Amino acid sequence: MTGGKDSEFSSKGYLNMQLLRFTTAGSVDDGKSTLIGRLLYDSKSLFEDQLDAVKRASVQKGSEHLNLALFTDGLRAEREQGITIDVAYRYFATPNRKFIIADTPGHIQYTRNMVTGASTANAAIILIDARNGVIEQTYRHAYIAYLLGIPHIIVCINKMDLLDYSREVFEKIKADFNAFVAKVLPGEDLRFIPISALKGDNVVKPSGNMDWYQESTLLETLETIPIDKDHDMIHQRFPVQYVIRPESDKYHDYRGYAGRIAGGIFHPGDEVMVLPAGIKTKILQIDTFNGPLDEAFPPMSVTLLLNDDIDISRGDLIAGAGDLPKAASELDCMICWMNPKPMQLNGKYALKHNTRDVRCVINTIDFVLNINTLEEIHERTSLAMNEIGRIGLRTTKPLFFDPYTVNRQTGSLILIDEATNETVAAGMIL
Amino acid sequence: MKDYNLTHLRELESEAIYILREVAAHFERPALLFSGGKDSIVLVHLSRKAFHPASIPFPLLHIDTGHNFEEAITFRDELVTKFNARLVVGSVQESIDSGRVVEEKGINASRNVLQTVTLLDTIEKYKFDAAIGGGRRDEEKARAKERFFSHRDEFGQWDPKNQRPELWNIFNGKKRMGEHFRVFPISNWTEMDVWQYILQENIELPSLYFTHEREVFFRDGIYLAKAPFMAMKSSEKAEKLRVRCRTVGDISCTGLVLSTADNLEDIIKEIAATRVTERGGRYDDKRSEAAMEDRKKEGYF
Repeated sequence: MTGGKDSEFSSKGYLNMQLLRFTTAGSVDDGKSTLIGRLLYDSKSLFEDQLDAVKRASVQKGSEHLNLALFTDGLRAEREQGITIDVAYRYFATPNRKFIIADTPGHIQYTRNMVTGASTANAAIILIDARNGVIEQTYRHAYIAYLLGIPHIIVCINKMDLLDYSREVFEKIKADFNAFVAKVLPGEDLRFIPISALKGDNVVKPSGNMDWYQESTLLETLETIPIDKDHDMIHQRFPVQYVIRPESDKYHDYRGYAGRIAGGIFHPGDEVMVLPAGIKTKILQIDTFNGPLDEAFPPMSVTLLLNDDIDISRGDLIAGAGDLPKAASELDCMICWMNPKPMQLNGKYALKHNTRDVRCVINTIDFVLNINTLEEIHERTSLAMNEIGRIGLRTTKPLFFDPYTVNRQTGSLILIDEATNETVAAGMIL
Repeated sequence: MKDYNLTHLRELESEAIYILREVAAHFERPALLFSGGKDSIVLVHLSRKAFHPASIPFPLLHIDTGHNFEEAITFRDELVTKFNARLVVGSVQESIDSGRVVEEKGINASRNVLQTVTLLDTIEKYKFDAAIGGGRRDEEKARAKERFFSHRDEFGQWDPKNQRPELWNIFNGKKRMGEHFRVFPISNWTEMDVWQYILQENIELPSLYFTHEREVFFRDGIYLAKAPFMAMKSSEKAEKLRVRCRTVGDISCTGLVLSTADNLEDIIKEIAATRVTERGGRYDDKRSEAAMEDRKKEGYF
């Protein structure tokens, strides 16, 4: 946790903070670890024992300066090879927000980690080395951010110190990036910041070397991005997780449906439909440990009590009666394959969607995407690890869903290999 | 328009409740690892919230090294009675007596490592298929890569390089016979989040966390409690000081800090000003740079 200025952590202030999750994407040597180290270091989120350990290691490895990248090294193999293998989560806080960083490796073979990190993120930081400009991997990072529906994208053009903090370089990269993303990121919240992670320019503190850039530093940006619209606040969606039936005299007739609100705002008295039963009823009460609520919205965990006694179990969906999700057992999805064993056309997998477990068969592979060029490759019969493609699948029972672009909870699914129990794919329903 | 934002503590709480309910729905015989420390006490509080008004649908599992602070055991027993919970105890002493493990010898002897065997034996004995733990990703670098649902093979081992990807809030709890899961509902919390949450929810803690007078001695930059089973070097002298615990575990590896904080607000101020991580006071982490990663691979908490 943040050390130092204890006055900033008056208990009251801390009780009013928001949570922002962001992911970082960059190619090898773009300075991603250094950037995260810089954010943690300059926001005073590092402790003395961590700092001492990194100082010792920096000297040992013969670094001239404090090697900020060492703060993010995790597993033994990563320290030995000097690379990041897996998604690592980092935490820091300022008086306004708590941040969760999904730190994902940039190697080409680790698309699956980037997708994992992006799945829960409010914001993505895409790093570009100012010396190299927009490269193929930048396209990949931008596309994944778009595909996973990350609402806010911050492009950091790094190593500006090596190019004399040149405005022309910055503007050229910005234009190149914009030209590409016009295709994939229409209408996204997109920002550009010139930085030097190594020297600290525009990361936490404003740069004294780039007077031509008057906008927010990276940290200010992360602190102020509005995130209240990042959830679907319109379509009422409540996947039932667990049925609460206390076996006690006091709560003899209590039957509560526990879950986390995936969309919309719920009130007592709202007319809802229980799916797949297709039965209409009303919300009697929104219950919590601290008492009933007047309203509940994403991502709150609550317990719904209903007016009528209906047979409801885990995997069912309670939705606004006038605003139902789609129902289908044949779905089109964009999919990222995550397992060394390739996906096969006509292959069968277990499928998890919200709290619902079904099985499915892969009906069609419409195309595999070259994510560096966005070129569609047709007539493929399999999908290899780290490939992204569009498929059609058929489920054993219908799913109740929204398109992923409308709701990231009710529009997402995972596939599981039934022989190994491994999670093999992430799917975004179209 | 009305502002539909949760505070970060409410969002973390909601996430943890969601995960606890997933555990209850996914597994047949889950258990909550209870150490008497603040993180496991917070887990008990979250579990009460998750299943209200029903009681907690899984037992608390305490792996008892036999080297406990008395206050922690008293607190544990009171909590079990108060919340009408079930308690299962796995005893390291029994593992030693039955020859399953050999007690470490020497000045730095600790039963911390031995716990892993007792834990795995107890999981097997009661056929627990999920063990809920209070581990947090901010605690230690190997923990930063831990999943919410962490798969363990039939030997209880963790394979950090071959973890299942975890996307959105969809958790894969599928396993074969004999395998189990460790589940960490407060993965995304920091030490400060835990303390602020304890303050916000007014959660009761063992007196050990607040300042008290205790006989302690100084070793390798840490104060340790004097106890009959704690071997001291001739150069080490016990002295009575006002201290408190920052974490509570087995006495042999729980470092104490000098403190006058006797209430939550003061503890939080102290933590905000502290320049050493919580685990900086854990004697068990000082054994090597990858001490935690190695223990976790073998099946540690």
